[in-house]
Amino acid sequence: MNRLLAFVSVVLLSVVLVGCASHKGAVKSATDISTTGGSGSGAYTGTSSAGVGTGSALDGSSSGASRSENLTSATIYFDFDKVEIRPEYASVIAAHGARLAKDRSLKMRLEGNTDERGSSEYNVALGERRAQSVKRALLLQGATEAQLSTVSYGAERPVADGHSEESWSQNRRVEIVTLGTR
Amino acid sequence: MNRLTKTLLGCVAALAFMACTPSAWAQLTIQITHGVSAPIPIGLVPFGSDALLPVDVAGVINSDLDRSGRFAGLARSNMLQTPTTAAAVDFAQWRLVKTDYVVIGRVIASGKGTYRVEFELFNVVTAERLLGFALPATVKNLRLVAHQASDMIYEKIVGVPGAFATQIAYVSVQGTPRSRRWRLVIADSDGEMPRTVLESKFPIMSPSWAPDGERLAYVSFEGEASAVYVQTLLTGARDRVSARAGINGAPAFSPDGKRLALALSQPDGNVDVFVLDLATRTTLRVTDDPAIDTEPSWAPDGRSLYFTSDRSGRPQIYKIALTPNAQPQRVTFEGNYNARPRVAPDGSLLAVVTQDQGVYRIASVEAATGRSRVLSSGRLDEAPSFAPNGQTILYSARGAGHGVLETAAIDGSVTSRISALDADVREPAWSPRVGSR
Repeated sequence: MNRLLAFVSVVLLSVVLVGCASHKGAVKSATDISTTGGSGSGAYTGTSSAGVGTGSALDGSSSGASRSENLTSATIYFDFDKVEIRPEYASVIAAHGARLAKDRSLKMRLEGNTDERGSSEYNVALGERRAQSVKRALLLQGATEAQLSTVSYGAERPVADGHSEESWSQNRRVEIVTLGTR
Repeated sequence: MNRLTKTLLGCVAALAFMACTPSAWAQLTIQITHGVSAPIPIGLVPFGSDALLPVDVAGVINSDLDRSGRFAGLARSNMLQTPTTAAAVDFAQWRLVKTDYVVIGRVIASGKGTYRVEFELFNVVTAERLLGFALPATVKNLRLVAHQASDMIYEKIVGVPGAFATQIAYVSVQGTPRSRRWRLVIADSDGEMPRTVLESKFPIMSPSWAPDGERLAYVSFEGEASAVYVQTLLTGARDRVSARAGINGAPAFSPDGKRLALALSQPDGNVDVFVLDLATRTTLRVTDDPAIDTEPSWAPDGRSLYFTSDRSGRPQIYKIALTPNAQPQRVTFEGNYNARPRVAPDGSLLAVVTQDQGVYRIASVEAATGRSRVLSSGRLDEAPSFAPNGQTILYSARGAGHGVLETAAIDGSVTSRISALDADVREPAWSPRVGSR
């Protein structure tokens, strides 16, 4: 009984202490981030909701049909530990390259990702290499440097949460996100 | 705070009768997954007190010592007596239950939420009193004081300073792929007292402690681009110290706290290791190779860096001196994947992620010989970090559904689990030893 009392009071105190702590520095930082993400760059916020709406790209990848038709976003998948674009994506690259060549005001962000295996920062570097592969392919199709940016999330943003090849193959990807006309 | 505490303690009695399982409350739970062959048997007698205490001091010490793998705490139900004064200790009773050491203590409430924690350590075989201390405590730091007592007991018996009165930083991830939240959390070394110091809807990774224990460097992708921040924990103030186009990653504070080693990418995406001077904000390029060079970690003398590079085809560990035109030397040769080195405080060992037949595990590597020894047993173990006493390595383990934190003794004798209940927990970093907090 005594031990249970002690335990419950420990827990309650922890809750209170954590609460106190967050009222000082912690929440302030959290707010900073919301500020940065929310109002700091309006254009990016708009983009990010567009990015989140890339359900079509993911659905496209499983059905295969809509992949080359969807020009606002697309996902290119990679083999394990590889950065080379598989031949089946030639039409996706060609379509996006042509669109960028036709409209110079159009910009795209290439988001590199890896599966969860291995160390996190090495995966960030690997994801960047994948994004750069797609960038080079788009440049060959007539896009310009100024139209393309890259970011690598490494293994931090999986679309499938499992721990087997079925999930991993969906997570090794570059998402092409159209940022709209500037 | 004081009144709140009293109110809380008042409703504790009521709450105690409610059906709340410990697991529903505990943020992290410790579970020893492998035992050492001959841990030292010790008895932590419940401390005596007239007050209703918010912390079971002897219980905290017992968990600490158990988790180290060097000790086996005697279950309270097996204790033949529970003395709270030296005079009441009957050594024959403790010899009977084959206990080598016994710790007794008292927590004396001295008003206004302050306490005096007195504890004594006895050698049961010789009936000798090895330690006797009185530590001032408050409601707020009673757990910390218990960890300090653990440190003293550990050092007295093992001969190496303990690392219990320290903290860990880690990243906790919650939510579905479409709506995730990342939190940077700091907790005591046993996973208790977690507090969120940063929360974001974009990834946070690679927390790294400053040697003063007052600042954390980390990578945040807020704004959909990577940047390295240094955050002062007490105030929450954040300083964005690197935000180039491309990769800003893998921060590691130099031993003097004045510089950050980083992985930065060039416009073509190639990643190399750099050192950023925090005062002048100038960067020094350390490596220059078309391969991936990342995950720098400082040698304790601050004169060289260990890092991951795939210049030989697969990731391996290299070391480079911070002198002009220095050439990196390869350190690891066993296995085809060794990454993310962390250097032990005395520089003799590295902790790395090693891959063998598709599983990723934590290994120690002798800095001088490159000889490696696998310490963990998971499928997806990563992000090793040394305790400030060099005796234990903290790392993250996945493959069991969600990410958990585990510790491994450097002699390979024991691993313990600090498991999160509802969040994916990863990227742990053990704090340096700090004087006060």
